[in-house]
Amino acid sequence: MPKVAPKKTPMPEQSAEVRKKNFDEVPLGYSEDMAVAEAERCLQCKNKPCVAGCPVEIDIPAFIKKIAERDFEASIRIMKEKNLLPAVCGRVCPQEEQCEKVCVLANKFEPVGIGRLERFIADWEAGHMTAEVPELPLATGKKVAVVGSGPAGLIVAGDLVQMGHSATIFEALHEPGGVLVYGIPEFRLPKEIVFREVDYLKKLGVEVITNFVVGRTRTVDELLEEFDAVFLGTGAGLPWFMFVPGENSMGVYSANEYLTRSNLMKAYKFPEYDTPIAKGKRVATVGGGNVAMDAARTALRLGADESIVIYRRSREEMPARDEEIERAEEEGVKFQFLTNPVAYHADGNGWVTDVECIRMELGAPDASGRRRPVEIPDSNFKTPIDTVVVAIGNSPNPLIAQTTPGLKTTRWGTVEADPETGRTSKKGVFAGGDIVTGAATVILAMGAARLSARSIDEYLKTGTW
Amino acid sequence: MNKIIEKIVLSKDVKQYIVECSAIAQKALAGQFVVIRICETGERIPLTIADSDKAEGTITLIVQEVGKTTRQMGFLEVGDSILDIAGPLGTPSEIEHFGTVVMIGGGIGIAPLYPITKAMKAAGNKVISIIGARCADLLFYQDLMAAQSDMIIETTDDGTCGRQGFVTDALSELIESGERIDRVVAIGPAIMMKMVAETTRPHGIPTIASLNSIMVDGTGMCGACRVEVGGETKFACVDGPDFDAHAVNFDLLIQRLAMYLPEEKIADEHFCRCSSAKEGEKNA
Repeated sequence: MPKVAPKKTPMPEQSAEVRKKNFDEVPLGYSEDMAVAEAERCLQCKNKPCVAGCPVEIDIPAFIKKIAERDFEASIRIMKEKNLLPAVCGRVCPQEEQCEKVCVLANKFEPVGIGRLERFIADWEAGHMTAEVPELPLATGKKVAVVGSGPAGLIVAGDLVQMGHSATIFEALHEPGGVLVYGIPEFRLPKEIVFREVDYLKKLGVEVITNFVVGRTRTVDELLEEFDAVFLGTGAGLPWFMFVPGENSMGVYSANEYLTRSNLMKAYKFPEYDTPIAKGKRVATVGGGNVAMDAARTALRLGADESIVIYRRSREEMPARDEEIERAEEEGVKFQFLTNPVAYHADGNGWVTDVECIRMELGAPDASGRRRPVEIPDSNFKTPIDTVVVAIGNSPNPLIAQTTPGLKTTRWGTVEADPETGRTSKKGVFAGGDIVTGAATVILAMGAARLSARSIDEYLKTGTW
Repeated sequence: MNKIIEKIVLSKDVKQYIVECSAIAQKALAGQFVVIRICETGERIPLTIADSDKAEGTITLIVQEVGKTTRQMGFLEVGDSILDIAGPLGTPSEIEHFGTVVMIGGGIGIAPLYPITKAMKAAGNKVISIIGARCADLLFYQDLMAAQSDMIIETTDDGTCGRQGFVTDALSELIESGERIDRVVAIGPAIMMKMVAETTRPHGIPTIASLNSIMVDGTGMCGACRVEVGGETKFACVDGPDFDAHAVNFDLLIQRLAMYLPEEKIADEHFCRCSSAKEGEKNA
């Protein structure tokens, strides 16, 4: 093994004290020299385990090699062969679970900072050149409707136009991007970056229609009259609540609402923007995933003196990425582990004043392999708070399932689809992403979308189901 | 798209807009609504589809100027466009031949009541309408409602039009007169709908209320609009807006509607400053 720096080249970032008061992005990105230094750590393995670890099969050693050679234009071209949204993926993919987990360097040292390099090359492109539009194959004349403009929908549409098909994305909200714009906060994924990536898809010929609620404005069956195939990528948009007493008090939000107000509607800029949000001083976020981290950190930026995460298991079982948990801790988010809300109490006007929790202990492992939290009797206690964000998960919005006869769903409300092809029980209808898996990650949705695009292409060519 | 082709002042602070919006016009059914946003910095607000015309590809929206967004909308003129309109949203009203239906509208609630009244009439019901407002200036759609009703009663709190009193007074008299009522539909301020529910409850008359909770996306994604019906949490935007009025927790609805009152005041003041500054620029 040649001599390799044992640690990743550090990426500059805003200090915790400064960043917890603004909505600007936390990491500041690599300079060219930093990127080259990091790229030089890559061993250029012949068997490329990292590529197998990537749901969208980016030729990782190849794009990194070009960075090491300072041929950034060639690098971004290699990247975009497989991933049209590198600026997004470089920021929100859990690389430590995927490409970087299987990096050969990781046996001995820190793995190559693949995510950081992906982000670097995407940002370099935005700063240095007009995104090139590759030559597209002859139009096939086949039309595909893509429902939802989140990660899955964007990838499917991008792949399909590159196969010569026409793709029209239908988005229910007024901006394209799905969870990338309504869910993930500005400080983790600046919206400008999402719009840039969407603009690139538009340049490729993808049509985007906003304010179009499939299931209401038109049904899937009506789309099938006009389009040769339909891809459902509507995500997991229905927030779960715990249905404990007082949960409908004022000041209690779903994470979807809290984050949508802040991110999509820019409530953090109120009154310059019209949408209000409760700027609580003591905010409790319930849940242990990435969304909970986003909410707890948003609360600080909205001016909370205390932002508390309430989680029913312990830190080890938290589904959030380590990096997100660490950032939250650095910024001063407090964690109340092994506790679970049983009630919310409100003042005379109905505004929440306390969360009543019960203490938990960990029992035997459950179906997820994590130890099941069990209530400790008579251990209830109250914590004074003025805002609550319930971030315990989402399931798919039932609107499409309810309005599409012949589309089979599971008892969890997800759409049944072949994991290899995205084919549903209804001819011509494909699905991928959270609508199939339940709430998961951006990159898994993109991986499923890539498989669906291939199988849509095959269906459009053969007509066989 | 979304161009305003007609604007009419219906009453003090209430304006009617006919908007080109063919995709929604083709699908809109009585009881459904749209979510609109009028500018880049704007909020999303739900507005009932008061009427729609498939052939013309238009929908009718009625807006009462109560806050920043609705007042800003008041400045839009024929030829201007509404930036975003999504819909039709919500579960359509249940329309059947029930027999005799009493349609009750209070204030701006008369607007969403109208298309349901029309559909009830078309379904062969005997329609008795009771429409009310604080004063004559706030009443509108009397002629349209009368045309769809076998009988119409108008009420004003101050007696400046129709009989003096609340819509519930007229409803009580109707019930006491022995009129057989198969269904009541009430749309208006939450407190009015609550009073209607209390009036019909002892008589066991099925009563439907259309809930006007605060919404953001309007498609079931955020839960801002959650209401309690029969002890269960429901989303007004997708499970409603129509619910069994006897099962609705109106006190909770009234509380939740007040959630952003301080912010609404700030937004309103901010808007006044901005619009007077713009006015100043224009005059300079």
